[in-house]
Amino acid sequence: MSAVSTSAQPPLQEHGGGDAKADRKLRQVREVGILLALVLLVVATTIVNPNFLSAQSVRDLLLGATLLTILAVGQTLVIVTRSVDLSVGSILGLSAFAVGSLFAAFPTMPVPVAIIAGVLVGTVCGAVNGALVALARVPALVVTLGTLYIFRGIDYWWASGKQINASDMPSAFLGMGRASVLGIPVLALVAVLVVAVVGWYLTSYRSGRELYAIGSEPAAARLSGIPVDRRIFMAFVANGTLAGLAGVLYAARFGTLDATVGTGLELQVVAAAVVGGVAIFGGSGTVLGAALGAVLLTTIGSALPILRVSGFWQQAVVGLLILTAIGLDRVLAVRAERKLRGGQSRGA
Amino acid sequence: MAQEPPPVPPPLALVGAAKSFGAVKALQGVSLELRAGEIHALCGENGAGKSTLVKMIAGVHRPDEGHVEVDGAPIEFARPADAQQAGVAVIYQEPTLFPDLSVAENIFMGRQPLARGRRIDRPAMHAATEALFARLGVHIDPARPAKGLSIADQQLIEIAKALSLQARVLVMDEPTAALSGVEVERLFTVARSLRDSGAAILFISHRFDEVFDLCDRITVMRDGRYISTDPVAELTVDAVVRKMVGRDIAALFPKQDTEPGEVVLEVEGLTRTGVFSDVGFTVRAGEIVALAGLVGAGRSEVVRAVFGVDPYDSGRVLVNGRPLRKGRPAAAMAAGIALVPEDRRQQGLVMELSVERNATLTRRWALSRFGWLRRSTEERTAREWTRRMQVKAGSLSDAVATLSGGNQQKVVLAKWLSTDPAVLIVDEPTRGIDVGTKSEVHRLLSELAGRGLAVVMVSSELPEVLGMADRILVMHEGRVSAELSRAQATEESVMYAATGQREDAA
Repeated sequence: MSAVSTSAQPPLQEHGGGDAKADRKLRQVREVGILLALVLLVVATTIVNPNFLSAQSVRDLLLGATLLTILAVGQTLVIVTRSVDLSVGSILGLSAFAVGSLFAAFPTMPVPVAIIAGVLVGTVCGAVNGALVALARVPALVVTLGTLYIFRGIDYWWASGKQINASDMPSAFLGMGRASVLGIPVLALVAVLVVAVVGWYLTSYRSGRELYAIGSEPAAARLSGIPVDRRIFMAFVANGTLAGLAGVLYAARFGTLDATVGTGLELQVVAAAVVGGVAIFGGSGTVLGAALGAVLLTTIGSALPILRVSGFWQQAVVGLLILTAIGLDRVLAVRAERKLRGGQSRGA
Repeated sequence: MAQEPPPVPPPLALVGAAKSFGAVKALQGVSLELRAGEIHALCGENGAGKSTLVKMIAGVHRPDEGHVEVDGAPIEFARPADAQQAGVAVIYQEPTLFPDLSVAENIFMGRQPLARGRRIDRPAMHAATEALFARLGVHIDPARPAKGLSIADQQLIEIAKALSLQARVLVMDEPTAALSGVEVERLFTVARSLRDSGAAILFISHRFDEVFDLCDRITVMRDGRYISTDPVAELTVDAVVRKMVGRDIAALFPKQDTEPGEVVLEVEGLTRTGVFSDVGFTVRAGEIVALAGLVGAGRSEVVRAVFGVDPYDSGRVLVNGRPLRKGRPAAAMAAGIALVPEDRRQQGLVMELSVERNATLTRRWALSRFGWLRRSTEERTAREWTRRMQVKAGSLSDAVATLSGGNQQKVVLAKWLSTDPAVLIVDEPTRGIDVGTKSEVHRLLSELAGRGLAVVMVSSELPEVLGMADRILVMHEGRVSAELSRAQATEESVMYAATGQREDAA
């Protein structure tokens, strides 16, 4: 280790020890690992069935991954603060149904207005979660478990058994779900945009870094003057908004909406984030990782049937993947810690 | 150095501040004036209220009475950010870092240098971090995470953070505890240069040499009250120690005289790297041995290692001449050791369970037949022990949480005494207990020793240590710095050893 002293002052004492570069490399291993798994899976599946890489099936794959990616990005915002939002599936369902009902009630409504309305439904739901978690200081797990049922209940009450079909919605709106630019579906581009914007925000803005600080050590965050409650509230609002956006995209893509849309999605979302290396106890993880996790889970979902793996094993593989991801995180954390400590203990 | 009170109002003052936590009065009527261009020392024993005072200045606690003044005008710090805004920087005793974030981010969290579009300017942030470390004469990679740094390096980051705030008021709560001699010297150089540029500094330390070396005035606190403020030139170490203890030792603590019997507990060369080293002592039947010292001296860690809750690296523990397997509380219990822990709410009791369930918790297996724990047996045992301990509870089926602190402590004692131990280790047996019950706990301990139990008592309360113990081991920074017999021990001699001073300096 060389002391990197540039000043002409007396030589600086090298402190901290450990190999910080090795630590950075170890952390990149995480995302490379997911990519590698993804490539392996695609190659293996393509060998069995060359059609797996056809333009149409790639497009289906990207479309499929879109919603999960957007939700996983939102969930990452919440998880890095050491919280969790289990109500995202219900928010998505509610917002999708809201968009559908708006079109059914006002067929001439401009498409952008409906989109904004759907997204705002998500924002409001997120604000409810955020207020309960940040202001009432109730654990997020319990709050969002409760709102999972409440939002779903509202959805059922609103739908009261009805179903909204593609014929109730204008073709301009539904066309958005099928359009593509240079062969890439527009919806997937929206997801890429979300990943880029949120990723940029989390790494480059003060409030973004403060989310990590809160998750890393809540007590220290309060002591250093970070408005902890406001930040957590905003994380939930942003997550709700993204879930609302996902609901709108769901409506545009599938066209058929009832009160069960998005049921059970929340666990897939958390799984995607965890597989993508977002630490469930907060403080670390990237949006890119979570997005890769979402793509991997979606790919597994469509590859395993082609590989003729039975339904039971499909579920088991996802479970195994989660456990592997957590195990890998643990191993990496232990190795990083050893590297950082560098074995050189200085006398206190 | 300031001799005359300056005509300008002090940058920070505390006026008649009081703060209570439940029934405990942590601070009463304390006034303190931190002047620009002055380093002010705050001295006091454990529990004198120093940390509460720091947290009040930092905006963590709000005073129940009195107020904080900035530049002579009353101000309310509702949260730590308010204090920061007013130019107050605090270096806490325990580093408060974000382990997952980089060193530079730890220093500049919430105040990162910005580039265009309010984006964080990472190169500028790292350069500023390097510059801060250069002032402290060290180099730590700004991009590495705080995870894995030694306590000393963490403390350096805290100091760099305080420097970067360009604070007008800098509070340092025992910043030197983890630093080496060279690092302490550097810190002092920085502190002096800050003072000379007009900052007001509050310095808290148990090391008198540092206090006298660095500070201009010394304020002494005792039992949450303000005692005195004097210029360093008018004080001696002796005078400060006397002000810190300055209590009458009432004959509150009746220790029966007993004839010590066989050696029951032997501890030899117990070492846990970085926590305590080469700790050795013996305890005989019928003896009360106290472990005295300041908070953080490693006393609780030693007894926890003896009991097997914490690991240790070398050394051994013998009970009745037989070595004890390390790291096995069950083995320690089987060998006849009982540990009444420091924090009875967290470690000693299951607060939601009933008195009787708590009292028999250590004997679940002894009381059960074929794995079946019968309620009647449980109740009978609990009734017997709560009667012997004179626990005052409405009913044995009440949750322990409903009892007073003193009675809770008796339940913990009952729980352990029912295992019929040969060695009883009590960690802070009377913390947070009212005076009446306190002496009852003391009577109980004395009686138990009288019946041949070997007792090890960890206590931060000097009068309790002096009144109860047959022998006193004083710990200082992880080592036993003195072993005093009952006759040798005085408040001063214990205090000297606890702060690492030589008594012959007096």
